[in-house]
Amino acid sequence: MKNFRTFSISLSWLWLGFFVLAPTLLLILTSVLSKGDTSLVRVDFTFHNYIENFNWVYVHVFLRSLKMAFIVTVVSLFIAFPFALIIARTPPRLRNFLLMLNVIPFWTNSIITTYAIMIIVKTKGLLNSALLGLGIIHQPLHILYSPLAVYIGLIYNLLPFMILPLYARLEKLDDRVLEAAQDLGANRWQILYRIVIPMSMPGIVAGCLFVFLPAMTLFYVPNILGGAKSYLLGNLIQDQFLTNQNWPFGASLSVALTIFAAALIWLYWYSAKNTNKDELL
Amino acid sequence: MKAIKATYVSLVFAFLYLPLLVLAIFSFNNARYAMTWHGFTTHWYHVLFNDSLLLRSAGHSLLLAFLAACIATAIASVVATALLQYRFKGKRIIHNLIIVLIVMPDLVIGIVLLILFSSLHLPLGFTSLLLAHITICLPFAVLTIYSRATDLDSNLFESARDLGASDTTIYLKILLPLLKPALLSAWLLAFAISLDDIIVSFFVSGPSFSIMPLQIYSMTKVGITPEINALCTLMLGLIFMIVGASQLVRKAK
Repeated sequence: MKNFRTFSISLSWLWLGFFVLAPTLLLILTSVLSKGDTSLVRVDFTFHNYIENFNWVYVHVFLRSLKMAFIVTVVSLFIAFPFALIIARTPPRLRNFLLMLNVIPFWTNSIITTYAIMIIVKTKGLLNSALLGLGIIHQPLHILYSPLAVYIGLIYNLLPFMILPLYARLEKLDDRVLEAAQDLGANRWQILYRIVIPMSMPGIVAGCLFVFLPAMTLFYVPNILGGAKSYLLGNLIQDQFLTNQNWPFGASLSVALTIFAAALIWLYWYSAKNTNKDELL
Repeated sequence: MKAIKATYVSLVFAFLYLPLLVLAIFSFNNARYAMTWHGFTTHWYHVLFNDSLLLRSAGHSLLLAFLAACIATAIASVVATALLQYRFKGKRIIHNLIIVLIVMPDLVIGIVLLILFSSLHLPLGFTSLLLAHITICLPFAVLTIYSRATDLDSNLFESARDLGASDTTIYLKILLPLLKPALLSAWLLAFAISLDDIIVSFFVSGPSFSIMPLQIYSMTKVGITPEINALCTLMLGLIFMIVGASQLVRKAK
């Protein structure tokens, strides 16, 4: 390691070039090849895989994923916004403790929490026992393997991704601005709609992105908690690689997903550029 | 108003903690399937410690997270130094690749690496998992170290260079010691990311080296056993300790 400069530059290039750049190009290459009979891919260039993306069956899965991801995002936003706002405005000592409480579910492996939700909502699970015991319901609810269970699982796993960016923005709110608004005669709702929400917009958009994109691709949540009615884009792509062994088609779906994700992130960048440049990710 | 706020916050925390609490409580329940309380037992912990498969997978996960965090932090410190100190061709590309790696969906990263490993004919197992985990931890570790390194006084490096220090000396004797807290945060972040990952591991793991999340995943298909609760409870304890430790690091800073 005589010349550290050369070493450090080569290492940066080597790792990122080899494990990010090159395989991404390989993915794009795979997406225009054909499915092989004996091997995984056959070198026969075609755009058929991309045309197949627009097959109604797959468009349907995509639309369903969009719908579920949208609902998950909206519900998470409505749960997380008041929560983050209240925490951001508590005294610092208590605030740090509450934040730490937030971090623990965030860092717990989601397979553990998804499994826990499964044992809570299953037909003979905790939820049904409790509701039956309290006399609220007389028949057990069949939540597990329904879309509702998938919604619960996705919202649970993604809620911290909404809370943290919202909190990061709301924490920066200047008390003096709110006091000035109050002095000038704004009521609570006016302060919320005309000051707090507009000023926390970058946090809202970031949180929505962090929830919306994974909601479409966390394939293990629908796999564990859902039935056929909650087969999402993530499950479709995963199946191409592990069950159907149609790698070129799976690769074309992945490229399409990446383009879709990039478009959403670009939209965020673009909208944030108009508000303030240095507050980007 | 205050009471409403307190109730709301408590309700959200209840939602976040209920599943974890249920796991912990029922890991001590003296019944296999029932979700009612049948008395306290540590039976499932005994079962867990005799189930070599599940326990070994947990050990594998911890080993993998430890190695991935160490190697990712080491590489990240070198990459961050290159980005901070040197001008070179394609610096922007390196920068952009790091951002791409952060915003790319996990699912796509998993697939991209699967395609890479299979075209190299690398058998899926420990090596592929380790390389994949280092790759997913790397951008977060680089950003953590880089953002802290930009706060350092650049006069330090210039005066060291004037006094005849080589690039290697500057890295080893100035940067690394000054960046100790950043290296620790980067290590903890990388460790947590590796332990937390499911999707990337799902694509690049093989039967020769099973890790905990995938083991639990395959067990949920067959049915539920309380020894998973016991294992998850132990893992939760570990996460409590890591979060506590990172809080201490933050306080010390």
